Amino acid sequence: MSVTPTEAQESTHPSPSSVQDVAAGLRSVGYLPGESTALVAYLATKLGKPVLVEGPAGVGKTELAKALSRYLGRELVRLQCYEGLDEAKALYEWNYRKQLLRIQAEAADTGWSAVQEDIFGEEFLLARPLMTAIASELPVVLLIDEIDKTDQEFEAMLLEVLSDFQISIPELGRVQARTHPIVLLTSNNSRELTEALKRRCLYLWLDYPELEHELEIVRLHAPDLSETIARRLVEVIGMVRALDLKKPPSIAESIDWARALLLLGVQEIDSETFNETMSVIVKHRADMDVVAERVGLKLGSPADVA
Amino acid sequence: MSPERPTAPQDPAAPEGMPARILELGEELRREGVAVGTSELLDAFEVLREISWTSQEDFREALAATLAKSQEDRRIFELVFERFFFRAVELAASREGVREEDRANLGELTEQELDALRAEIAAALRDGSEGAMRDLARMAIAAFARRQEGSGVIGVDVQRIRRALGLRAEPQPDLPEDDPRRDGLPRDALRRFEALMRRELERSQIERTGNLPPSRPLGELDRALPSGPLADLAAVHRVVAQLRRRLATQGLQARGHRRHAHVDVRRTMRASLQTGGVPVELKFRPRRPRRPEIYVLCDVSTSVTSASVFFLSVLHALHDTFRKMRSFVFIERISEVTDIFEHERNFKTVSERIGADAGVADISGYTDYGRVWSEFLVQVEDDLHPRATVIVLGDARTNGRDPRADIFAQIAARAGRTFWLNPEPRLYWNYGDSVIAAYEEFCTAFECWTTAQLEDFVRALTRPVVAV
Repeated sequence: MSVTPTEAQESTHPSPSSVQDVAAGLRSVGYLPGESTALVAYLATKLGKPVLVEGPAGVGKTELAKALSRYLGRELVRLQCYEGLDEAKALYEWNYRKQLLRIQAEAADTGWSAVQEDIFGEEFLLARPLMTAIASELPVVLLIDEIDKTDQEFEAMLLEVLSDFQISIPELGRVQARTHPIVLLTSNNSRELTEALKRRCLYLWLDYPELEHELEIVRLHAPDLSETIARRLVEVIGMVRALDLKKPPSIAESIDWARALLLLGVQEIDSETFNETMSVIVKHRADMDVVAERVGLKLGSPADVA
Repeated sequence: MSPERPTAPQDPAAPEGMPARILELGEELRREGVAVGTSELLDAFEVLREISWTSQEDFREALAATLAKSQEDRRIFELVFERFFFRAVELAASREGVREEDRANLGELTEQELDALRAEIAAALRDGSEGAMRDLARMAIAAFARRQEGSGVIGVDVQRIRRALGLRAEPQPDLPEDDPRRDGLPRDALRRFEALMRRELERSQIERTGNLPPSRPLGELDRALPSGPLADLAAVHRVVAQLRRRLATQGLQARGHRRHAHVDVRRTMRASLQTGGVPVELKFRPRRPRRPEIYVLCDVSTSVTSASVFFLSVLHALHDTFRKMRSFVFIERISEVTDIFEHERNFKTVSERIGADAGVADISGYTDYGRVWSEFLVQVEDDLHPRATVIVLGDARTNGRDPRADIFAQIAARAGRTFWLNPEPRLYWNYGDSVIAAYEEFCTAFECWTTAQLEDFVRALTRPVVAV
């Protein structure tokens, strides 16, 4: 985001007053929300409750957070989760080196208490994403991505942040949120999240979009592609998803494919073009065989060329 | 336990009695096993203050977002919500004596009019417009109820009307060019239309008899693993997909508890550079669980036909997750099918190839456990070791043959852990020719015919192997 905070503040949609507002707003920044998506996004802005977004990879969970931040003109703070993520990387960390320098720079006769007062101040605090989001002057959108990748201990730590929007630092006291961030947690559902966490969140399940909806999305991102090809493309994607694949194609991949077809100047999706460009949507060796056999043949070969 | 009643929303515009309805809905969800706490209900009330109550979609989505916090819960929520509000509305209608009148004024339809109705319905299905479909469902029922007597069984009537309308998902090439049914109708629209007709028929039944049919809980059976010959493969896959995810991650969770085992000196030293050589922060060596080696034996005989579709797809999922795994299928003798699973992604092909190539049935086609154990032992004797896990999928029905539990004991003794998954309810164990008790001495047996039971097993399986 390149908008500076002040500009952002001015352009901020004060506060959406209805579900339709949110839907229209998200549309205006290039995200086409489903019905429940718009509704839950609206509730999140209204109630200030975190939203837990679950669904298969590549249905636009992360994109939703980005779109919300664009639409509301808020900065996006992102915490990417991974196994072994701990407080030091998510909340805050003391800047050891700076503290050491501070101590060394001090005259030898300074009392211990003076130094101690000094080195545990905000100056020596390295704010990590959660801290940044909480302490920010302007309201932000906080995205906690792939929460299911972390350990359960980390989840427990999040509870304080998510329910009270505050962080306790032993040396400093509590840091309270000055503004109310909109929090989105995404999960690929690779692990059952704890009840305690779920209880604090609104729940949104994002699935692969229906045909018409996806068509609209593809048309939005590849506007030059002709209507008929786009429709055909979405239908084929649907067929591919219906197979039992290791990794079914995501929305991002349908868009990539649409752009690829556009670049190649393809006039029709037949089995030849499909087999040539299949690698854009299918990313596993074994999957490719299945797809070529089950979908490629159905498409029919280009006229008279066997 | 009776929940604390949250305070009703102060909004004067809210219809009377609605808070009570929501609480009842929450109560009903709890009865179906969805964890709805007081805080969830409070959230629901808060949410309902923010949205308009006139849109059914918004209303349902808003409740779902607060009450159903997983995909599985969401599925149950949909069922309960539909049932709950349908019943509530009908109850109110029958109490107030509201009746629908429009049915009578639709006279006998001519053949042309019927054709027009057919085309209209097909077009609505193709476009998937919910409102039009609801009206047309009503028309269709009225039209056909006059022509032929209803059978009284709602499911039968729905199918009869659907056939009479010529609505099919398959393409019907002999129809004229402009008929929307020609290329086949979208399957989900068809399903929705059937649901609407069912709803309509139920409504008229309630209207006729003046009272509601007894409410039936969703029950364990609705959630049991789909196992009949008409088993819904998609449902099996849903369960298995979940299993796969669990398998992929569950081992990692257990690891956390014993993480602090060995200090990693090298990493600790490196980290200490940041603090001027003082090892402020100790780094620990991660404890990696040994990947279990798994041997799976799967019964594919006729007595477990219904379960074997499911078992095979479990095998399929296990193969995706564990590298070191060998699978066998057996009836009278065993046959190794590891290769088939490794090279074939498609589940259907796998089961076909197993049916064609495995050659496990000899003469009778009845399971011979004794022979299976001895063959298995011969094949893998040298490979079995204490870190190996043996899983048997079968009903332990020997058809009167010698169970040879002694050989099974040898297998179990060589392997680290032995599990048995039995697709029969525990009630039937050891009745008739079931000899599971003989084997249970040497292994841990699980009954496995619902999702929850499968999960219990997965939990046991992914517990880290204790090195001996």
